[in-house]
Amino acid sequence: MEESDILFGIYCPPHPQPLLSPEASEGYAKLRQAYDTCRERIENSDADLIIVYSTTWPSIIGHQIQAHPEPEWVHVDDDFHYLGSMPYKFKMDVDFAECLRDSAKERGLHSRTIAYEGFPIDTGSVVALKLLNPDNRIPACIVSSNMYANRAETIVLGKSIRDALAKQGKKAIAVVVSSLSNRMFTEHIDPTEDRIHSPKDDEWNRKILEFFADGRLEDLSQLSREIHGQIRVQKVVAYKPAWWMAATMGQHNNYHGEVLAYEALHGSGGAVVTLTPSSGSFGDKEFDEDDVEYYHGDRDVLDKGML
Amino acid sequence: MPKGEIVLGCLAPHPPHVVYAENPDQNEPVSEGGWETLRWGYNRLARKLKTIDYDALVIFTPHWQTYIGTHFLGLPEFKSKSVDPVFPNIFRYNYDIKVDVELSEIMREKASEHGIITKMMRNQDFRVDYGTITSCHMLNPDWDKPIVTISSNRNAHYYSAEVMNEQAAALGRACAEAIEESGKKVVLISSHSLSHRHFVTESPLPEDMSREHIYNHSQYVWDMKLVDLMREGKMRELIDILPEFTEQTIAETEAGGLTWMMSAMGFPQYSAEIYGYQSVIGTGNLVAAWDPNAVTREIVL
Ligand SMILES: [Fe+2]
Repeated sequence: MEESDILFGIYCPPHPQPLLSPEASEGYAKLRQAYDTCRERIENSDADLIIVYSTTWPSIIGHQIQAHPEPEWVHVDDDFHYLGSMPYKFKMDVDFAECLRDSAKERGLHSRTIAYEGFPIDTGSVVALKLLNPDNRIPACIVSSNMYANRAETIVLGKSIRDALAKQGKKAIAVVVSSLSNRMFTEHIDPTEDRIHSPKDDEWNRKILEFFADGRLEDLSQLSREIHGQIRVQKVVAYKPAWWMAATMGQHNNYHGEVLAYEALHGSGGAVVTLTPSSGSFGDKEFDEDDVEYYHGDRDVLDKGML
Repeated sequence: MPKGEIVLGCLAPHPPHVVYAENPDQNEPVSEGGWETLRWGYNRLARKLKTIDYDALVIFTPHWQTYIGTHFLGLPEFKSKSVDPVFPNIFRYNYDIKVDVELSEIMREKASEHGIITKMMRNQDFRVDYGTITSCHMLNPDWDKPIVTISSNRNAHYYSAEVMNEQAAALGRACAEAIEESGKKVVLISSHSLSHRHFVTESPLPEDMSREHIYNHSQYVWDMKLVDLMREGKMRELIDILPEFTEQTIAETEAGGLTWMMSAMGFPQYSAEIYGYQSVIGTGNLVAAWDPNAVTREIVL
């Protein structure tokens, strides 16, 4: 098998409890432990960089790529400000960010790098990078999630990351920061009483984790629209993390999956999962969704239907 | 102590573009202008505000999004830099904001008494959102009055635009009671655009006005429907159709600001003062005000 440029992938939640208050509940502690396991695995890998796709960094003007060499600030979460501040100083792979911007453009996407002092890096990216790469042992790259983008743009974004890695001959860890079910309790709760918001959310989360454990990433990618309808609060047009992850890591089911933790985070589904490319496959299903190589803009469905 | 009162309500959209176009010292990027229809309207409303006696500005913002209740700023001063996460190329603003914590606390208490989940925000490292900064800068560039920011609880996401309308109205009633009890004269600010579909590309020069227009005509028609109702003084009717407007134009009214303000002001049956309407990166933006004082109320445009 051809060796992948992505050594392994991590799916992890955006909320700050595992960073700021892991001791507040058994569940938060387990999530923290799972992050620590991932951190060790990254340390023991020969990855050149960590690429983060965070659902808590929405963009409007295409996709934005963090390109400040050492972004530094003290971040505070909009909801969980009472848990404390999150000072950060990260190291970005600026060369890679620029290469990714160009690769995305070559595939028809609107994309830009941003490098401004004080730019507000989102909670999800801060939590992930602080826990997974606390000493900035390897540099990172953070990409935004365009709030209007749907499947085609997200798949093409993932492919442009593969292009950039190939061009630069780099090995990376792909990190998706996203909840599974994302409905939180609308009141303040005792962390020791945290649980998944509803049995339905819990059931779907466990089904998704079954797929992850079987390494069925492309199957999950194909299920994304259904997942969005069933267990995602409709803040954005689609549930995109599995699309991004599959397009970035490879659109197939040949992975070794490991669910390191699954716990509630104020009612939402928080899971830390790893996917490592492997040779055995669960078998590819007959997929409904088309593959797409280049982004050609929104399709004018109505125009095309007119005589 | 005399009863407090709401002396003016302002609809104050916050595309950072208008601050960028004004070129104030606090903002790092430099522009060649742009969006004059909106800015000149804002400038005129800011001049009116200078003639009004008031103690504080209370602003409801879509860019402090909370899912666990409604939060209130709860420290006397915030000094930092605000960089817009979406348009960092045009908005990097150094701010120094004074907060009326006393008023903030009374409002939180009242809201809580009304059954609304609330929280005071007392983390000194918290960054005040760019919606607050943009609207407040345009209305009071001297920053000589304290403010209170109220977060927007995202009921429209979790439930529906109808639920958002109900809860924002309840918050408005609670805030009105709190203001009365406080004995203060307060200006309310509802900070948001109307229709809210953006272009996903930007011209090389963001202020190139030859490229600026509304995203599509149906957004414009809906925006004008709202402006007509405002002119006619039919704010109850407007709030009643707001869920439909919000869904059809993916409007920024989804955060609840306009409903909150109109409810706090008792759904005015007098004409709004219209100061200007213009699109910014495709979204529909209106500067308007509701003056409860019939003597000073004007027909502006
Ligand atoms: Fe906004």
